[in-house]
Amino acid sequence: MRAATPESSTAAPGATLTARVRTPLRAFELDLEVRAAAGAPLALVGRSGSGKTSMLRAIAGLLSPRDGRVELGDSVWLDTGRGVDLAPERRGCGFLFQDYALFPSMSAWRNVAYGMRGPRRERREAALAMLERFGVAALAEARPATLSGGERQRVALARALAARPPVLLLDEPLAALDSTTRREAIAELRAVFAETATPVVLVTHSFEEAAVLAGELVVIDAGREVQRGTAASISASPASPFVADFAGAVVLRGEAVGEGDLTLVRLPAGAEVWSADRARGPVSLSVFPWEISIEVGGPMPAGAPGVPALGAPGVPALGAPGVPALGAPGATDASLPGAPTTGAAFATDARPSVAPVDSRLNRLACEVTSVTTIGSRARVGLAAPEPLVAEVTAASAARLDLRPGARVVAVWKATATRLIGDA
Amino acid sequence: MRRSWFAGLALVAALATLAFLLVPIVAVFANVSPGRLVEALGEESAREALLLSLKTTLIALAIVVVVGTPAAYLLAARDFPGRSVVLTVIELPLVMPPAVAGIALLAAFGPHGILGGAVSALGIELVFETAGVVVALVFVSAPFFLRQAVASFAAVDGRLLEAARTLGAGPFRAFATVAVPSARGGLASGVALSWGRALGEFGATLLFAGSLQGVTRTAPLAIFSDFAEPGGFVAALALSAILILVSAALLLGVKLLGGDRPAADDGAARL
Repeated sequence: MRAATPESSTAAPGATLTARVRTPLRAFELDLEVRAAAGAPLALVGRSGSGKTSMLRAIAGLLSPRDGRVELGDSVWLDTGRGVDLAPERRGCGFLFQDYALFPSMSAWRNVAYGMRGPRRERREAALAMLERFGVAALAEARPATLSGGERQRVALARALAARPPVLLLDEPLAALDSTTRREAIAELRAVFAETATPVVLVTHSFEEAAVLAGELVVIDAGREVQRGTAASISASPASPFVADFAGAVVLRGEAVGEGDLTLVRLPAGAEVWSADRARGPVSLSVFPWEISIEVGGPMPAGAPGVPALGAPGVPALGAPGVPALGAPGATDASLPGAPTTGAAFATDARPSVAPVDSRLNRLACEVTSVTTIGSRARVGLAAPEPLVAEVTAASAARLDLRPGARVVAVWKATATRLIGDA
Repeated sequence: MRRSWFAGLALVAALATLAFLLVPIVAVFANVSPGRLVEALGEESAREALLLSLKTTLIALAIVVVVGTPAAYLLAARDFPGRSVVLTVIELPLVMPPAVAGIALLAAFGPHGILGGAVSALGIELVFETAGVVVALVFVSAPFFLRQAVASFAAVDGRLLEAARTLGAGPFRAFATVAVPSARGGLASGVALSWGRALGEFGATLLFAGSLQGVTRTAPLAIFSDFAEPGGFVAALALSAILILVSAALLLGVKLLGGDRPAADDGAARL
């Protein structure tokens, strides 16, 4: 009954994984086709219960779909038409389970050595080397119950990679980690993806995580693909309100060039963005669309005095004669019923010419590429030229007359810009 | 120190329970001097009965564990129509009076039983034979192990088994190296319960296999036959004391081997 060495491991390195699966799940039918090439991680993104984990299980052989075909390069793992359905042990996928599924009765190194063949001494040595690779060799004799979340993940990752699997599958790799550990894990995972010349498919409910970990995303809803593409292209031009709503944060890649109290990140096209997070070198930068405000009035710093501030023609600018600046003598007068507009002017609608008073450091000249209205909100696709998304009220979008081609300024705070180091 | 009336009551109940369970055991030893114990061991009939008990219970236990473990694993892992009926059937011998079990075994495998012809055609004699004792022991003790084993396997996280499969383990290796160790505690207490039940088995053995000295007269049957003889109460007491010691040692040993103790991080319920 003992399983032979996984046959699949003989697949040519760099082979592409293709999987087409159609099978009924509890509430809907899973109907999905994915393709993952070596070195180009693919993320399946969707809410919990959207069928993404089932897809992963079907690829690994843990779920037998009613109808489908799974192949890695030339080797066919599943072909329901021809009655082929290789057992999971013969596919030998590296599978990182959501809660890691470490064997509780075995020490860390025994967990890692479980998938290896050969004499005990060799397996132990190889397992220790894998643990060393993930910086947890000191925990080799520890039982999983005594490990922290981050340590468990490293051991589980070492175990999944120990037998040099032909495909790496990760189910919510970051879900069980706290936010600090998550940052380290992201760097770790990206390094692993770069090292292993195998197809990688990961599953997450977080668009942001998918954007940071994978090049290509497939957004899934109720078992079906809703949209696929890069994170930036999906969040800049969502195919449907569902995707727009789901796509949450905007994620860009850049280079952290300056480090002081704040970090300056240069985007590929030359634009610069400030962040309150610290980072160095290549980074992923994320900002939520609702953190980004839009100002109309040409490039910044706007030297065009004739352009009215955001939707408030005639509002006196801060510092202008007769309008007290915040904290200046008489500022309290501004809040008196006699001067009701001053507060609004200060809050968001300052003219570009008075930008230094504003606490928002990031001001990027952009062109509007799309406007999608979802109920009372409008998602505005911008090109800086890197794709950005701002979310404003539908009323504001109408008042500013936002339409593709319009020149605007995207404004947000350095504290709203999150950085994740690449490795 | 805060003490609620309920905590006090629970303490009294616990002490009463412990006392009631311990007093008869203490009484056995109070009536038998250590010298008499050694003397009882020297008696041929007592030694034979003890050895027979040990031999038959071990064989029965081996059969129960070897056949019952994979069976319990299957019952725990698979959902199929009629599963609850099967589980109930397995537990039926638990509540069946031993005398009824003996009669049922006779009706099935006895000389005039429905399978009696088939059994003797195979050249197997059960009635008045040691093999019959083993059959009776398996019948009455298997449910204790099966019940525990099914519950323990059902509690094993299915993802552990899936992880083993993706790591190259076939179904058997996943069962042997992941499921069994994970269910170890429950399986061990199932072994202890099953063994204890087999050691004490009396009624079914007496009815099905009889009470032949050296062949089917296990320790409990020997105690009864000593007791039935005039003036044999002391001999019965001595054998009882030995049986208590043996059972306690077995139970303790299995519990220790199985690591069946509460985990350190399990907070105890507070009153």
